[in-house]
Amino acid sequence: MNRITATLERLKSENRKALVTYLVNGDPVPDVTLPAMHAMVEGGADIIEVGVPFSDPMAEGPTIQRAHERALVHGISLKGTMELVAQFRQTNQHTPIVLMGYANPVVRMGYAEFAKQACAAGVDGLLTVDLPPEESADLDKELQAVNIHNIFLIAPTTSSARIAHVTANASGFIYYVSLKGVTGAANIDVESVAEKVDAIRATTGLSVMVGFGIKDGSSAKAASHNADGAVVGSALVSLMAEGDAAVITKRVGECVAEIRQGLDA
Amino acid sequence: MSTIEQSKDHNIDFNAMPDLKGHFGQFGGRFVSETLIHALDDLSEMYESLKNTEGFRKAFDHDMTHYVGRPSPLYFAERWTQKIGGAQLYLKREDLNHTGSHKVNNTIGQALLAKHSGKRRVIAETGAGQHGVATATIAARLGLECVVYMGAEDVKRQALNVYRMKLLGATVVPVESGSKTLKDAMNEAMRDWVTNVDDTFYIIGTVAGPHPYPKLVRDFQSIIGREARSQCLAQTGRLPDALVACVGGGSNAIGLFHPFLSDKNVKMYGVEAGGDGVETGRHAAPLTEGIPGVLHGNRTYLMEDENGQIIETHSVSAGLDYPGVGPEHAWLKDIGRVQYAPINDDEAMAGFRSLTRVEGIMPALESSHAIAYAEQLAVQMNKDDIIIVNLSGRGDKDILTVAEIDGIKV
Repeated sequence: MNRITATLERLKSENRKALVTYLVNGDPVPDVTLPAMHAMVEGGADIIEVGVPFSDPMAEGPTIQRAHERALVHGISLKGTMELVAQFRQTNQHTPIVLMGYANPVVRMGYAEFAKQACAAGVDGLLTVDLPPEESADLDKELQAVNIHNIFLIAPTTSSARIAHVTANASGFIYYVSLKGVTGAANIDVESVAEKVDAIRATTGLSVMVGFGIKDGSSAKAASHNADGAVVGSALVSLMAEGDAAVITKRVGECVAEIRQGLDA
Repeated sequence: MSTIEQSKDHNIDFNAMPDLKGHFGQFGGRFVSETLIHALDDLSEMYESLKNTEGFRKAFDHDMTHYVGRPSPLYFAERWTQKIGGAQLYLKREDLNHTGSHKVNNTIGQALLAKHSGKRRVIAETGAGQHGVATATIAARLGLECVVYMGAEDVKRQALNVYRMKLLGATVVPVESGSKTLKDAMNEAMRDWVTNVDDTFYIIGTVAGPHPYPKLVRDFQSIIGREARSQCLAQTGRLPDALVACVGGGSNAIGLFHPFLSDKNVKMYGVEAGGDGVETGRHAAPLTEGIPGVLHGNRTYLMEDENGQIIETHSVSAGLDYPGVGPEHAWLKDIGRVQYAPINDDEAMAGFRSLTRVEGIMPALESSHAIAYAEQLAVQMNKDDIIIVNLSGRGDKDILTVAEIDGIKV
């Protein structure tokens, strides 16, 4: 079974929310990413989203833009991210990994080649910000063949007719973008999030994660109160910019643990 | 110069492109984050329902005549033709439009859509500043709030246009991310749009971006080719043999080319920015040296590295300094209907000086690429052949750049 599916089923049976954490591969330097991933797991992350650095990260706010830029300085790209996941899998066989990024590096590698390499490395899902379901059919086919989930976003602007269309094409989980804006934007409106999450639930049995604008344990709990989990990105990435590997790793682990506590409280 | 045969496929209905999802063959489409899909659907619906109404057409034509000053002349450049000694060279004088370039054709069209949508705020990206100025102009006229994103590098090299935009009441935001040029300005404009989508209309300046932009910008710019076609028939009694236009995103080129696409004997040449020469890697010629990929909402030819990272481009002209190109051009290249070729910085500069001194017309550095290419093309053609060159903008904005190249402090 795909690790995402297995993990989300287990969490449901335990009646717990999923904590999805994000970092950019190679940020701020390549040596930090692997220990930071392990620290996230120790801190209580259930799923890790690994950002694939891209030269033009259009959906990102300043915090994650800078992270992409820092990683690109070291030449980190999609191929290096496959290697990172393979390394992670040497000691962790159970935590699901979702690659999150933009279409062009995947287009350049070729959909079939991407699916092959991602499967071999131990990737469980792919979230491509600029590849909505309408443009995803060819990639879907390749991903399904290797049991990797293609994860789609739903936004506050997504109409109810379109929600059904997106969820019909989705697998793994639904990522609900809690606000109109870029990653790391201002505080979210918890009430409107809950309303939209209900609308999504009415169309699918897939788990619904809420992300964008979640900063700490209490906002994670509030945002996900009728969802299945929360995604934390910019708040963690903002801890990456300074310090050596040991300092960053410790800081990230503690932050994830705090959010975990808030989510479980 | 390219010697590839022009298209032999006579059965394409060019007006039926793109398809309903915005695809030109494998190119185009709508590669954007989910938040923008609704706004793009709304825009498509509004445009399709308005575009053929009498009210919309009349409003557009009225502004074109009385505000922009159209039709722009089709001018036979007699001395230039004599100097080059080949085919007859005609200039489509988009430089004479209000605001000094073809960009205003599109901003007027989109501003009509913005007005209809009820949105009070418009945003734009700009490279050379021509589209920014055209947007700021129409925003001033309609009393709309206007924010223009411009790469920090371009802010420096196009200081005159930056000041023009400010005088017009626009806020110019220098973009410090990435390569600090047009592509980064477009990233930042997209980020603004995704954040303020409820009250903001994004006026994209070229025939790129997510569907329906490549289509609607083409439709608005096609006034160039429609006029040129009837002016050429009226002045010479026949159609031209060749069309030449510079291509960055490609809006002035598609505007000239599109109404001629079904005229099988009219050859078309799109001129890309060769920068220091395509062999140096320092250029902005994705149709010459690029590979199909996905950026800024569409699939098209891109300049990228082996990992699919977009690479920095180089051109003496800020308006051509872009790693992608409109998807319709990508498609027209692949089906062989239009030939695309690069002109280097120094060739473009020579074209700039040539036209300035022989005709008393100072072309924009972008348009100077088309001028330079036309000179090479003309000598290979017969003396009774006709070439129409799109003089897409005037060169006043570039005099500081030219002075710097000449080592002169103005």
